[in-house]
Amino acid sequence: MIKRVTELLRALGSRMVDNWIWRLGFACRFLWRTLAESGTSFRRIHLTFREIYFAGVQSLVIILVSGLFVGMVLGLQGYDTLARYGSSEALGVLVSLSLVRELGPVVAGLLFASRAGSAITAEIGLMKATEQLSAMEMMAVDPIARVVAPRFWGGVISMPLLAALFSAMGVFGGYLVGVRLIGVDEGSFWSQMQSAVDFRQDIVNGIIKSVVFGVAVSWIAVYEGYAAPPTAEGVSGATTRTVVTSSLAILALDFVLTALMFRGV
Amino acid sequence: MMTRKELDLWVGIFAVAGIGAMLFLSLKVANLASFSSADSYQIKAKFDNIGGLKVRAPVKSAGVVVGRVGEVRFDNESFEAVVTLSLDSRYQFPKDSSAKILTSGLLGEQYIGLSPGGDSANLKGGDSLKLTQSAVVLENLISQFLYSKAAEGEAKK
Repeated sequence: MIKRVTELLRALGSRMVDNWIWRLGFACRFLWRTLAESGTSFRRIHLTFREIYFAGVQSLVIILVSGLFVGMVLGLQGYDTLARYGSSEALGVLVSLSLVRELGPVVAGLLFASRAGSAITAEIGLMKATEQLSAMEMMAVDPIARVVAPRFWGGVISMPLLAALFSAMGVFGGYLVGVRLIGVDEGSFWSQMQSAVDFRQDIVNGIIKSVVFGVAVSWIAVYEGYAAPPTAEGVSGATTRTVVTSSLAILALDFVLTALMFRGV
Repeated sequence: MMTRKELDLWVGIFAVAGIGAMLFLSLKVANLASFSSADSYQIKAKFDNIGGLKVRAPVKSAGVVVGRVGEVRFDNESFEAVVTLSLDSRYQFPKDSSAKILTSGLLGEQYIGLSPGGDSANLKGGDSLKLTQSAVVLENLISQFLYSKAAEGEAKK
């Protein structure tokens, strides 16, 4: 009996160490290497520009369209609730605060993880599986400097811009539904929004969130690609793990950041 | 495949759009342009009771927002609340102005109403207001009402 329990515990512990602690340690070392080898991505800036194009520009359509729809839904739902309390002019406040503080960074981060993070993982994983990374090493080209770091920085730079575009589009969507469609007074929509949203407290904190999510998603994406087993199955598993891990990381980090930033004055 | 020039163009457009969105958020949504804390002066006011007044609540005079509540502190010696008002330096008020804590609407947020006095000298940074009126606390109001009702009842007997 005791023997079986210890065996179970031992199996659990070894899974824990192999799957979690070892991977976390490797991921941290990998991040350190990526940061240390980042010089190339800025000296040869077109490498990073290319990745900003693939991660950022190509995500524009999904980010803009989702932002518009999220804003429009917030406008409809917010109006429905606020009208009950006779304060439908506060619609602008509701839409802009929820977008700038939470939905902008979080939803843009989730979309970015599934649109760009998965692509980065699959690309690096396939490069590894087809031994392109080993070939680079043979030619004395460091794959971390040449392949990994530009993708990491491309993601980190793209993410805040995408989140800002998402929020701006959402505010515009809320304006379309609230003011154009339902007929909330335009002046009070904007002026109440402007008096309630604070630059330091809301906008800057939202940008900080999106930078943190950008680092988290890019880190997870390049790590999973680099650590993927070099098989078709391994690459597909790594791509899935990127989306799952980054989504969970975004939501967990969002809670921590919100708790630190908005404790209520 | 794209040429490098085209790719740079798209990245440029993306960066401009993203920074434009950030500017839109800070100028149009957060109204950074019209009220900055840089050109403001601080006035202190003591209140017996500030009710539910929050930091960053508006300070209004004649209904116009002229500043914000900067800090709320408890004075250990006079047992009063010390509220720091940071007023926009475009607006000047006489030295004997008075401050009241008011509520917008029945259940709305609380703000400070500033009524100008008649002094010829204006308030400067670091001054404190002499005349203040505390927030109306609903419970006190109800108990006053009940007491006066009870007193009326006794007088009739």
